[in-house]
Amino acid sequence: MTARTLTLLAILAAAAAAIFFFLSPSSEDGEKTRLTLTGSSTIAPLALEIAKRYEEQNGNVRIDVETGGSSRGMADARKGLADIGMVSRSLKADEADLTGHLLARDGVGIIVHASNPIEAITGAEVVSIYKREITSWETLGGPNAGIVLIHKAEGRSTLEVFLDHFKLDNPSIKPDVIVGDNEQGIKTVAANPHGIGYVSIGTAEVAIENGAAIKLVKLDGVEASTATVADGSFPMARELNLVTHGEISEKADAFLAFAQSAEVDDLIKGQSFVPPRR
Amino acid sequence: MSRRAADRLFLFSLRSAALAAALALVFVTFFVGYEALPALQEAGITAFLADASWHPVSGAFGLLPMVLGSLAVSLLALVLAAPLGLGAALFESFYAPPLLRGFFQRAVELLAGIPSVVYGLWGLVILVPLIAKHLAAPGTSILAAGLVLAIMILPTMALFSSAALAAIPAEQHRAATALGLSKWAALRTVLLPAAWRGIVTGLFLAFARALGETMAVLMVAGNVPQLPSSLLDPVRTLTANIALEMAYATGAHRHALFFSGFLVMAVTLLLVTLAGRSERQEGRT
Repeated sequence: MTARTLTLLAILAAAAAAIFFFLSPSSEDGEKTRLTLTGSSTIAPLALEIAKRYEEQNGNVRIDVETGGSSRGMADARKGLADIGMVSRSLKADEADLTGHLLARDGVGIIVHASNPIEAITGAEVVSIYKREITSWETLGGPNAGIVLIHKAEGRSTLEVFLDHFKLDNPSIKPDVIVGDNEQGIKTVAANPHGIGYVSIGTAEVAIENGAAIKLVKLDGVEASTATVADGSFPMARELNLVTHGEISEKADAFLAFAQSAEVDDLIKGQSFVPPRR
Repeated sequence: MSRRAADRLFLFSLRSAALAAALALVFVTFFVGYEALPALQEAGITAFLADASWHPVSGAFGLLPMVLGSLAVSLLALVLAAPLGLGAALFESFYAPPLLRGFFQRAVELLAGIPSVVYGLWGLVILVPLIAKHLAAPGTSILAAGLVLAIMILPTMALFSSAALAAIPAEQHRAATALGLSKWAALRTVLLPAAWRGIVTGLFLAFARALGETMAVLMVAGNVPQLPSSLLDPVRTLTANIALEMAYATGAHRHALFFSGFLVMAVTLLLVTLAGRSERQEGRT
């Protein structure tokens, strides 16, 4: 390598570094009032969409959405680091210092192939299947075939809801297939006559309407549908909450009212969550 | 504007374009490295090698199954595609009638142009159920991923091989014929050795493409991060790992994903460098 190429490389690296730091977030124009939301990465994409629409309607407000998990959302709201926290579960009794504002519900349903005769399943059976104690559909009154276990990748919110609901420990599950988003989960079950998986109920309903070869099975006797998720009767579901601490500013209050109005229903459905009954 | 000034302006715009291309590479490398660094500081390089499994949320960062998964599917694809690609190139260059040759060339080029997600969909809907039915459920496996990848890298192999064969001076071909060598003998003793470097370049680039492929593999490999014990076991590749988890990853998990991206990039750069070398040496001989 000649001295000239070395110099050239050094200049390139320096230029890249300069651009990199130049592009990193810098301070903003001070005229707009800012609202900061932090917390659950499940809610963040939805919150971003809602914030975008809100900013379009209210030019003088700027909303920042940062992720970091539900616990960060609560901690930031308490300390006043964020105006609003995002928490992807219902508030516990000892968290009464925070006020929860229900944004949406997230329901996860068990799906099997459309040709599978199974119509209903119990929570205990699901646990046994995912612990590999039940390995054939025959045990559940289905065909004599091995169960193909379809599971979600780490970090997915459906995985969290699933593990949390059935009190399962992720490293102990040995699946046959791991999928990413709901669409891939549906395609994989549709391609596997003996597969079982779990996906967001909203997405599954749309896919079934469009002719995907899957079906949602009843869980513990409750129909898996957006209706049962909306009224809170479906067991494998959770609340997506915005939380605030103490007195809230007028700006935050106006945003919360917007986020809880029917104006954002299409955004909620777009993220395959279920709008609560209003 | 004088002619001289126009020339200068043209040269300047060419230089800027070249600089932009070079900057893009440096910038991406810099960014991925910058994001991967905290993973090395927090978890340490030993965690990536020694942790038994990949459960980043529970603090286990074993990347080894995915490194092996990437290598396994790419090598299988290469083993399948290399002889096929070379065979196709030989047929096209020396045996095919002219009419068929043009048609065949277009077909191979078209094969290269199909988006990878289409291959993945085909694999998921056709290939995976076939494997599940005749070999072993659930069908998503090293074999499925290797087969899909093989079809995808076949054009790279075929196009590079036929370019290398076409670059051989016609005199060599004629000399071999004049010596009374049969077509096969001429191929084996004169033409293939002469084209060898170009073919190896194609091999390296095909391998790099297989390693970097994401969507198609994601759909058919099964994505279970485990050490496979047979061709029918599901595996997860480094690239699929990033695509699966990046959207929801935070903190150390995110940095670990950047580190796996850094690994893929380093290996790809190495392969491309090797390919470039073999090309240069070819120029010298």
